[in-house]
Amino acid sequence: MTTGTDGHGRVSVARGYPLAAVRGLALALVSLPGAVVCFVAAVVSIGLIPIGVGLVTTPYVLRGVRAFADLRRVLAAEWGGVRIPRAYRPLPKDANPWGRTFGMLGDPATWRDLLWLPVDMTAGFVTALLTAALLFYPLEGLAVAAGLWRVLPDPWWYGFVPVSGQGTALAAGALALALLAAGHVGALRVLRAHFLLARAVLAPGGSELAERVRVLTETRRDAVDTSAAELRRIERDLHDGAQARLVAVGLDLGTVEALIERDPAQARELLARARQSSAEALTELRELVRGIHPPVLAERGLGDAVRALALRLPVATEVNVSLPGRADAPVESAAYFAVSEVLANAVKHSGADRIWVDVHREEGRLRITVTDNGRGGAAVGAGSGLAGVERRLGTFDGVLAVSSPAGGPTLVTMEIPCG
Amino acid sequence: MRVVLAEDLFLLRDGLVRLLQAHGFEIAAAVASGPELTRALAEEEPDVAVIDVRLPPSQTDEGLQCALEARRRRPGLPVLVLSQHVEQLYARELLADGSGGVGYLLKDRVFDAEQFVDAVRRVASGGTAMDPQVIQQLLARRSGKDRPLARLTPRELEVLELMAQGRTNAAIAARLVVTERAIAKHTANIFAKLGLEVSDDDNRRVLAVLAYLDHGR
Repeated sequence: MTTGTDGHGRVSVARGYPLAAVRGLALALVSLPGAVVCFVAAVVSIGLIPIGVGLVTTPYVLRGVRAFADLRRVLAAEWGGVRIPRAYRPLPKDANPWGRTFGMLGDPATWRDLLWLPVDMTAGFVTALLTAALLFYPLEGLAVAAGLWRVLPDPWWYGFVPVSGQGTALAAGALALALLAAGHVGALRVLRAHFLLARAVLAPGGSELAERVRVLTETRRDAVDTSAAELRRIERDLHDGAQARLVAVGLDLGTVEALIERDPAQARELLARARQSSAEALTELRELVRGIHPPVLAERGLGDAVRALALRLPVATEVNVSLPGRADAPVESAAYFAVSEVLANAVKHSGADRIWVDVHREEGRLRITVTDNGRGGAAVGAGSGLAGVERRLGTFDGVLAVSSPAGGPTLVTMEIPCG
Repeated sequence: MRVVLAEDLFLLRDGLVRLLQAHGFEIAAAVASGPELTRALAEEEPDVAVIDVRLPPSQTDEGLQCALEARRRRPGLPVLVLSQHVEQLYARELLADGSGGVGYLLKDRVFDAEQFVDAVRRVASGGTAMDPQVIQQLLARRSGKDRPLARLTPRELEVLELMAQGRTNAAIAARLVVTERAIAKHTANIFAKLGLEVSDDDNRRVLAVLAYLDHGR
């Protein structure tokens, strides 16, 4: 992705050789102790979670690890032209230590950081040091050839050349020049390799992204299909229902106008019919509105909407709600219709005589469970109402889990992220 | 009889004012929002308040909240709540204080002026006016096979339904075209079958029936 153009690469190789070596040296000096300290601190802190201390320290340690990795991301971009994407999940601002710790530990990016630390203290350190060595080792060779050999112990091994006199010193100088040439060509590449190595470990995997794209494409198509079908249904209902009835009302009133003096009795009859039609139109509109966005949901939010829903069921239903504040309207609506569908399913198929609904919010997720004491055997199969619920929730990255052994009980769990 | 009216849609407010005035009510105040309603209820001391559930500025159940708050401050203040939809949840909240003088009707019920005005009067005199839809939902929920309601005859169920709406024996008799004595007999049978205590007070009787239907005692 970030290989850069060949021409540009050569120019920077020529110019950046000594600079790359100095940077390599700096990286080697930082990466080994930095990675070791971070890694040890992280392992110890996570190890201390069971006794509680780790709950407090882990978020700080992991934040330190992130800062260390972030520094490498910046250097990778500036020194090597390698962009390492940063993909940490946002943490809720008001989370407690428990939420922060497990929020961070639940993030795959955290585990990539921790995996990268041992890689950095070994292979990362070696590649950084090699970059430095490609400049400093030839310089030593040249110094030896220039006369430094006289003060060095005899024999002084330079590479594979045992230096013991001016002749072998010159051979060492020749080797140094060869290394210098190699460094000229390779130093920046080795430095780049160091950053590419970091990217290979730190960047979210390609397959993960591809999977995400696949899921998004699918749920978006579902969402578009569903809403188009909904609009068609609403249009049909209005057209055949309320609209037609209002036309009839207008017609009747027109006739009443003509009849009012000639035939008051029939006029009164028509008036009654007009009133009846308008009442029916209202009833239909009310049902339609309930299907689009239930009034209680608009007036009171999800908790009371689910309570009102439960009161309409023919099965005794207990509702428990613990929701601080209100979620976004689309999330509330999706959750409401999901619960509504699951409850309808339970009433229709389970044969249960008790249902329990629990709605609560924890760590930025809306969690709803519906339990019934019916005969079980529910499944998220094609054509079942639950498949529709799964699709509906999918649009919001929500998930549906069904546990329904034959003989019951059935437990349906839904989770929707809600910021 | 002095009425405070709260309805945000001009056409409906205007229509209700006309309707009530035509039937001899005095409109003490006709307001269009929650804060105005709270002020009018405190200042006008009306005999009855007719309130739309959904009111500005919040466009939530502000009218209902105002009504409940006003009844907390002045227990038994007669309120008739109107809505485009009826919910048992709201009915339960209105009935919770057990002091009567409560109405909860669909807006459609104003189509039948006589019945609507009758409901306003009933509420103003401390009675109850529950929408038939609320009662039907309650009955549907409590009419399983092995429930006490299954022991009622169809006629008794009919009487129970009308009684739960808040109607007096006389009104029920007129509606079913029978004598008041026949209704009194049905009522006694219903109370015996459901194990409720008989009360001569119409209003207390209605509240007992509603409580029975909602919670099964």
